[in-house]
Amino acid sequence: MLLSLLIWLPIVAGVVILALGDARARHIALGVSVLTFVFSLPLFFGFDTTISQMQFTEHAAWLPSFDINYTLGVDGISMPLILLTTFINVIVVISAWVVITDRVAVYLGAFQIMTGLMVGVFAALDAILFYIFFEATLIPMFLIIGIWGGPNRVYATIKFFLYTFLGSVFMLVALIYMYRVGSSFAVLDLHILKLNQKEQLLIFLAFLIAFAVKIPMWPVHTWLPDAHVEAPTAGSAVLAAIMLKMGGYGFLRFSLPITPDASNRLDGLMIFLSLVAVVYIGFVALAQRDMKKLIAYSSISHMGFVTLGIFIAFMLIGAGDQSHVALGIEGAMVQMISHGFISAAMFLCVGVMYDRVHSREIADYGGVVNTMPIFAAFMVFFALANAGLPGTSGFVGEFMVIIASFKANFWFAFLAATTLILGAAYTLWMVKRVIFGEVTNANVANLTDIDRREFIMLALLAFFVLLLGVWPNLVVHVMHASVENLVQHISVSKY
Amino acid sequence: MKFIYTLIPLCPLFAAIAAGLFGKRLGRVMSHRVTIGGVAMSFLLSLIAFQQVVLSGNTFNESIYTWMVSGGIRFEVGFLVDRLTVLMMLVVTFVSLMVHIYTIGYMHDDDGYQRFFSYISLFTFSMLMLVMSNNFMQLFFGWEAVGTVSYLLIGFWYKRDTAIFANMKAFLVNRVGDFGFILGIAAVVMYTGSLDYEEVFVKAQPLIGQTMSIMGGFEWSVLTVICICLFIGAMGKSAQMPLHVWLPDSMEGPTPISALIHAATMVTAGIFMVARMSPLFELSETALSFILVIGALTAFLMGLIGIVQHDIKRVVAYSTLSQLGYMTVALGASAYSAAIFHLMTHAFFKALLFLAAGSVIIALHHEQDMRKMGGLRKYLPITYWTSLIGSLALIGFPGLSGFFSKDLIIEAVHESTLPGATLAYWAVLAGVFVTAFYSFRMFFLVFHGKSRMDEHTEEHCHEPPNVVTWPLIALAVPSVIIGFMTMGPIVFGQYFEGVIFVDDSHNVIERVREHTTGAMSMLSHVPGSKAFYLAMAGVFFAWFFYLVKPEWPAKIQSKLGFLHRILDKKYGFDEFNQTVFAAGSVGIGAGLWRFGDQGVIDGAVVNGSAQGIGKLAGLARLSQSGYLFHYAFAMIIGLLVMMSIFLFI
Repeated sequence: MLLSLLIWLPIVAGVVILALGDARARHIALGVSVLTFVFSLPLFFGFDTTISQMQFTEHAAWLPSFDINYTLGVDGISMPLILLTTFINVIVVISAWVVITDRVAVYLGAFQIMTGLMVGVFAALDAILFYIFFEATLIPMFLIIGIWGGPNRVYATIKFFLYTFLGSVFMLVALIYMYRVGSSFAVLDLHILKLNQKEQLLIFLAFLIAFAVKIPMWPVHTWLPDAHVEAPTAGSAVLAAIMLKMGGYGFLRFSLPITPDASNRLDGLMIFLSLVAVVYIGFVALAQRDMKKLIAYSSISHMGFVTLGIFIAFMLIGAGDQSHVALGIEGAMVQMISHGFISAAMFLCVGVMYDRVHSREIADYGGVVNTMPIFAAFMVFFALANAGLPGTSGFVGEFMVIIASFKANFWFAFLAATTLILGAAYTLWMVKRVIFGEVTNANVANLTDIDRREFIMLALLAFFVLLLGVWPNLVVHVMHASVENLVQHISVSKY
Repeated sequence: MKFIYTLIPLCPLFAAIAAGLFGKRLGRVMSHRVTIGGVAMSFLLSLIAFQQVVLSGNTFNESIYTWMVSGGIRFEVGFLVDRLTVLMMLVVTFVSLMVHIYTIGYMHDDDGYQRFFSYISLFTFSMLMLVMSNNFMQLFFGWEAVGTVSYLLIGFWYKRDTAIFANMKAFLVNRVGDFGFILGIAAVVMYTGSLDYEEVFVKAQPLIGQTMSIMGGFEWSVLTVICICLFIGAMGKSAQMPLHVWLPDSMEGPTPISALIHAATMVTAGIFMVARMSPLFELSETALSFILVIGALTAFLMGLIGIVQHDIKRVVAYSTLSQLGYMTVALGASAYSAAIFHLMTHAFFKALLFLAAGSVIIALHHEQDMRKMGGLRKYLPITYWTSLIGSLALIGFPGLSGFFSKDLIIEAVHESTLPGATLAYWAVLAGVFVTAFYSFRMFFLVFHGKSRMDEHTEEHCHEPPNVVTWPLIALAVPSVIIGFMTMGPIVFGQYFEGVIFVDDSHNVIERVREHTTGAMSMLSHVPGSKAFYLAMAGVFFAWFFYLVKPEWPAKIQSKLGFLHRILDKKYGFDEFNQTVFAAGSVGIGAGLWRFGDQGVIDGAVVNGSAQGIGKLAGLARLSQSGYLFHYAFAMIIGLLVMMSIFLFI
């Protein structure tokens, strides 16, 4: 029942918040988000790390005539992402506390509903249920950007919606096709469904379109910078921290186990696209003048490590190196979770400044440290984490994936490691222009440092960034059994 | 002992946290007490470690906790405390302690007093983690952590444009080195399956002869690739050409950190790392030759730039680059013990020279231009005498610590037979003259001759307080005696046995031992030593040009304008990097963005198809209200319709 609670508590609460109106919206939202997070903790502490089977499973017939079931469960791959989701939800409510004055109930309600839906994405073990959650998350995000967004929000929302919606339609077709072959929508049944080469290839491509757009991979990434720029702060944070991970999760839950042979065949293409994301996008980020765009591009570049880590697995399996395959996949997982904290923190930092100055342009700032020293310390810390500093979570995933990719090919590691230079260059250059130096204008001179609310919000994120950087085993050890199982599964051809 | 060893890095860490987070509440005095206490504690515990490891012979190698296990590889945090580590620990904690005390005086009037103490304690923690590591991952952690603190400290005065440019430059150039370093570590993991030093060194032996193809059929020795990649990391951290460009600019930071980080400890991390990895580097002569040549070029060419600098700190900075080149040369010649020996003596006398320069700078109210100094001898007697000791130690005056370490390196390179050794030998020998010349040029310009200060400065010029001068004296003592005292055991004795591994075919120290057996015999060779006469010649010319005929340097400069311009432009590295790498990268980024993202992907594909669809949708739009929940509702209906079509047809 725990997973259902985590899905429906925020959704129902979201509806209640909408119904009760603005007056008590904040307190209810805070209470619900904290409660959801607390309820999600047993997932972590009660998790059996020795088995790869689904845990906390629930099953109910939902639409029996269509063979669609309400099946939930988590393994080591999905569980950390659920915790990330419920945690970020708390941060979101804190971030909106005084900032959102316009229709606050709708805003907070939408985020609560979205949280429930996102938990659903990671917990669903029925493909149609997954699809519905996957699609439904778009609606609240669409509202959030469309209502509280910036001046160009219409273009951004339409682009965001069409891109991601178009992507997932193909996934639905693939799911229905597989139902016709195997008469089941259960994800675990699909994993063992026999599919021939041609079928696998088409299904892989259908999934690829959906997940590549979501994560996003080059060249279907251009919706993300626009969406981020227009989204309100918390929208950007959730988008970067959670929604992108649905793509990475999709690859691990669907593409790899359902179509292992096709994944194996196309791994070269996937690695190529990932490395383009790391290098090309790294350069593009360097040229950005808008802070949010810069962080958005940085996200795409970091997600390149996720897809690289995932698809490098096949090269290692091909080389007969079973034992180290897990390093790349677990690296990808750690990268997703770490990025959840760091990118959310970076967007919130920009939000903190935006709330005061109402500009995201780098050129409008300079010397912020003079008027906001505590904030500056946080921003520099998160920037260094974003640049992959050891001791922060940003380092762990990159390190694992670089090591794993060296095993596959020297040049993969070489190109991936350029992020050490490019990532530091675009992040620290932004920090230099925004944070350091003399006060450049009256807006900066009139800044006030972060208040207690903002401090708590950033400190919570900083705590997790450090914790995972100093002791990554905390999350890595829960993944082992599931990842080993996945590696076993994809090592065996389906035909 | 595990507990004590764990405390050694943790003391400064906790002190740094206390001063950093609660500095306001603790106040200035409490903050410096806490941090000095932390470092002093580390120093005392390091003495216990010395007693344990060196006197009792108990090497410690254990993990503290498991950072992560993934893909069958254990990533651990652990300590290896052997004789090399203990030596580094003592140097780091002692110099750090001196710098902490000195800072009380130097940063007295600065608003960021607590923050500064927090940073230097954090640095001490990072550096200790680096030297005490027993595995590559923690080494990389320390490596990047010291770089980060260096970044924070170079940009300590964050209002100065030059400082915030210099700190970013330092971080990025170091990242170029780390780029190589991480590839080296990845290669180590790939070929040995482990990150643990001990295990890697054992598993490296069978790799001899194994090759990997990197580009089109050409086979590289695996060990050469590993060693060169690791050494690229060292080139960044230890500022070897062409990755040296950040170190002179790092002088934008306050002087105490120039002494601690950019002279005595952090920049020697690369030297330490190669010495630590001697069992790997000994297996690749190609890598050793590469190291030898890079070191020789740095030692000679960077010393030359020191001659034309006017900023007192920059002279010392170029001197540091040149001396790091000497250490690198020693590494390349397989004289690891000589490199570490020079690292140690250099740590003392170079920290002394920096702190003395800092003493001059505060006495003159933050004036760093030597053209506005002169005749300071009578105002700053303690600074004068300690500077003299530091300068004599630096140029290798017989009997002082630098003499032993530098002459040893020259002797060792002379014995080396690796490709590049001849070049390196002449480079380090010529470097002796250059070193003596720039050192005493600085010394005479600052302390002798007529005063070129303005009246106001001269009036207020006096010796800084005790907290500044005592560390000078405390550093002057080892600058004099440490070489004589420790050379025997460290280089010619058994100190590094079992720690540093040297292949018999290039054991140059063994060959030096045939004619020199210790400090006394080294001193007895002075009358026949080329290096000694070159050093004396350097001092003589400096004296002649800057005290006897002070008008000559300007004349020579105008005669040799071309040469001067090359040196003044520092061989053009900065311009090249700025125009090609920095501007080039931003240009590439802007190009890809405008053309790739906005032009092709968005312009042609996305918006193009959107417009096409838009026309079609014009019809459908008639039936729609524009309310978002209607869209959502329509979506779900659509979904059901689609599903029914697929399922029932």
